[in-house]
Amino acid sequence: MKIEIFGPGCQKCSAAEKIIKATLAELKNDAEVVKVTDIQEMVSRGVMFTPAVIIDGKKVCEGKVPTPDMIKGWLK
Amino acid sequence: MTRKHLLVGTAALALWVAVYAQLAPLAHRLTYGLLRLVPGSPFSSAAEFFLYETPKVMMLLTIILFVVGVIRTFFTPQRTRRILAGRRESAGNVLAALLGVVTPFCSCSAVPLFIGFVTAGVPLGVTFSFLISAPMVNEVALVLLFGLFGWKVAVLYAGTGLSIAIASGWIIGRMGMERHVEEWVYQTKPGSEDEATAPDWRERLQDGRLAVRDIVGKVWPYVVAGIALGAGIHGYVPEDFMAALMGKSAWWSVPAAIIIGIPMYSNAAGIVPIMLALLEKGAALGTALAFMMAVIGLSLPEMIILRKVLKPRLIAVFIGIVGTGILIVGYLFNMLF
Repeated sequence: MKIEIFGPGCQKCSAAEKIIKATLAELKNDAEVVKVTDIQEMVSRGVMFTPAVIIDGKKVCEGKVPTPDMIKGWLK
Repeated sequence: MTRKHLLVGTAALALWVAVYAQLAPLAHRLTYGLLRLVPGSPFSSAAEFFLYETPKVMMLLTIILFVVGVIRTFFTPQRTRRILAGRRESAGNVLAALLGVVTPFCSCSAVPLFIGFVTAGVPLGVTFSFLISAPMVNEVALVLLFGLFGWKVAVLYAGTGLSIAIASGWIIGRMGMERHVEEWVYQTKPGSEDEATAPDWRERLQDGRLAVRDIVGKVWPYVVAGIALGAGIHGYVPEDFMAALMGKSAWWSVPAAIIIGIPMYSNAAGIVPIMLALLEKGAALGTALAFMMAVIGLSLPEMIILRKVLKPRLIAVFIGIVGTGILIVGYLFNMLF
């Protein structure tokens, strides 16, 4: 499983990365986490509002820091 | 929406109204009964002001942020872009300014949003109307203005803010500034129309709650500090202290307020209580409003972020046109009130 986190590096984006990594660790899930900071790539992937999360090519969240419950829901 | 949501919502709203109605008598009792302050002294009037305004503004913020948070789940940037793509100017500018108010936006997303709009065929001027109205017509500012000054000032603020966004975007569109956008922007391929799966009601309500928690958690120290400052000035500083400096007769105060406001970076929550204090002591409404609009609508950090996609000439034009709009609003309010 590949989890991509999109964000130019603002507070909210690092918060999203942190909470996703913490939740993965809690679940002992070894999914690959990639941080995308390049704006051109962001736009060409259809992200206009950060932080956004794409899991295996599917956008699950855009413009907000996910909660642990939301993340657990995506991983099921 | 389930029946349970409706029931809980109605009960919460009833409780909110009941508590809100009791705030003024409660603050009065607390000041003169519990704290035994002597009526009529500057300190007691400052204390009563603080004890009334703080919970009032907090309660107003909570309910409005919740409602706006839920409304925003219906307006994703992708949907807004679809609505605006290929619009003619004029009508497009009006629509963009209105959508700027309800579409979720934060200045760190200004660049991907700008590129996403422009490459998908949203005209440059229409994109600007959106980018100007999104920070300028701000729900926190609207709540605070309503709570502290009444509905007339709040409506005038929203109306003039929208007008500035519409007119400035239209002018930028007419000026044909496309070549002053960095070239790489147009080389970016617009992304897929993919949206995250549409949320259900449970998620929408949760988003509302998160918005309240996020924003109230961030702005409450500013609100409390601002009202405390306002209260201090309310009680102690003489009535016409600001009249010479920021009153109607000082014509230069409007441009001065804008020039001071642009490099300042603060959120609406910090600025509005200070406005309140200034106004009480004789500052003119237009001057104070121009100051607020310059602070939240034209912020230096956002300009620095936008520099990635806009050449200096376009940034200068952007600041110049919006600044002129704010100037006109400032003089207009000073004339009307």
